[in-house]
Amino acid sequence: MKKSFAAGAFSLNSELPGKILTTGAAFLAIISVITIVGFITVKGMSTFVVNGVSVKEFLFSTSWWPDRLPEDGGPQVGVLVFIFGSVVIAMLAVLFSAPLSIICAVFMTEIAPSWGQRFLQPSIELLAGIPSVVYGYIGLSLLVPFIRNSFGGLGFSILAGFLVLSIMILPTIVSVLTDSLRSLPREYKEAALALGSTRWQAIRLVLLPAARSGVITGIVLGLARAFGEALAVQMVIGNMRKMPMTILDPVITLTSAITMDMGNTPMGSLWNNALWSMGLFTLMMSCFFILVLRLTLRKGGVAR
Amino acid sequence: MKKWKVMMAAVICLAALVALAGCGGQDVKQGADNKAQQLSGNITAVGSTAIQPLAEQAATQFMARNPNAKVVVQGGGSGTGLTQVSQGAADIGNSDLFAEEKDGIDATQLVDHQICVVGMAAVVNPAITVDNLTKQQLVDIFTGKTTNWKSVGGPDQKVVLVNRPKASGTRAVFKKNALGDAEEAAGIEEDSSGTVRKIIKETPGAIGYLALSYLDGSVKTVSLDGVAPTKENITAGKYLVWGYEHCYTKGNPSGVADAFLKYLMSDDVQKNLIPQLGYIPSTEMKIVRDAKGNIKNK
Repeated sequence: MKKSFAAGAFSLNSELPGKILTTGAAFLAIISVITIVGFITVKGMSTFVVNGVSVKEFLFSTSWWPDRLPEDGGPQVGVLVFIFGSVVIAMLAVLFSAPLSIICAVFMTEIAPSWGQRFLQPSIELLAGIPSVVYGYIGLSLLVPFIRNSFGGLGFSILAGFLVLSIMILPTIVSVLTDSLRSLPREYKEAALALGSTRWQAIRLVLLPAARSGVITGIVLGLARAFGEALAVQMVIGNMRKMPMTILDPVITLTSAITMDMGNTPMGSLWNNALWSMGLFTLMMSCFFILVLRLTLRKGGVAR
Repeated sequence: MKKWKVMMAAVICLAALVALAGCGGQDVKQGADNKAQQLSGNITAVGSTAIQPLAEQAATQFMARNPNAKVVVQGGGSGTGLTQVSQGAADIGNSDLFAEEKDGIDATQLVDHQICVVGMAAVVNPAITVDNLTKQQLVDIFTGKTTNWKSVGGPDQKVVLVNRPKASGTRAVFKKNALGDAEEAAGIEEDSSGTVRKIIKETPGAIGYLALSYLDGSVKTVSLDGVAPTKENITAGKYLVWGYEHCYTKGNPSGVADAFLKYLMSDDVQKNLIPQLGYIPSTEMKIVRDAKGNIKNK
């Protein structure tokens, strides 16, 4: 294999091996995306095509009774409760995490570039490296009892879920934002300061608006990550299949509903197909996030 | 020069990959050839996580006795087990439920081997002083009619339901045999019995259910209609909240699968391994139950 490359018609110094390698890798990536999307789409559509569930019922009904017998009015696969849970938790996580991340990023790039970068950056990168099961376990062991004892309720709650998530998506937003702040031309800051603005004014009125596309990218990526996270959230939200009334109520998300039932339902049954449809829905959501990202970036922030 | 080195490394990696793939192919071929001989070959047993520890240990012992045979045990859940054995992707499909109870499985082509019995107990937070519940009280608690422990003679404490996921075998067995198929109210759901135990231990007023093998004294078991969830009461047919652990094969088993299933029913496994792991040997049961739930004496 190796020899034929070296002794063949082209030498290793030629352009061809590199071209083959990179094109091959690119095609592999494209093919895996297409096959995965194709498979999930086929599986996910079968709830509607094979089992004849209407899309409207699937998306907007709160009745999740996949195991109910027809004589009791089942089976029904409305997933609104799961969608609601996913959206609420992801939104709250981003609302909590985004301001924190922006402040962290500003601190790291503008306020204390030297030691901020030396200590804050590695610790935030470390946050990104902690496996989600560890986040979940810490949440289950510390956060859940803490919430139960200080706020009441069961402890398993929307609150616990979005707090864990907001720490998990912090590194994503911070790293995108610091890159974007660092890539701003130095002249922006210098001009602002030369015009007599204070450092705070320069950050607030010039630098952050200029890095707007970075802020949006970070937030959308964080939102996508929050929406797709399963394990850590599942461990702390209690997974109750019922619309939550307060922030201290247990809730269930699309991803945790999928992981909890997927192994125990036979392939091809309505129940299993409904889980695939939920997977398809999350996939469409992340496509939507990417689309939003592309559109906002095209309209353009400054200097990216 | 540096670029050249990187390129070399990439090419070597590719070559290694191709070589590895080649090896894999050869292995498969050898496995197929060996199957003709006495007790050699590979089988896979896939499915229920409840029976997985037992199947794994039994497989290790079985392979020590039959060095040419290989038994690979995988989890994945009862649904996966039944699907894969029906499709012929696995030789043995492990399930907590009768194949007839699962939608979308053609049970007629599967052969059931009942290896052992798992008893299930209703368990409560240790601070709940209730020792016994009637069946109706238990149903009322799980269907959400009883919301405070006060009404069943316990402390003034709100009831917190802790369930397994809807598709779980443990939940299905408990629902069928303890709740008489009554629909449970929404409660906390957890993926694993270990987490359920942790939550019941820590949450005031919590009630749930666990397989007897998961009881470790950290949660309190409750008797039903005055009958305690013990091995003796289960084998004698007095306590009825239990389910079989099934190994399904497509058609009658042969070769290694047959030998492994026979080994699971041998005294080695039934008298030693199964009691050790907290299950109840099916050979000790004095009653039998069929897929429809009818019970008769052996």
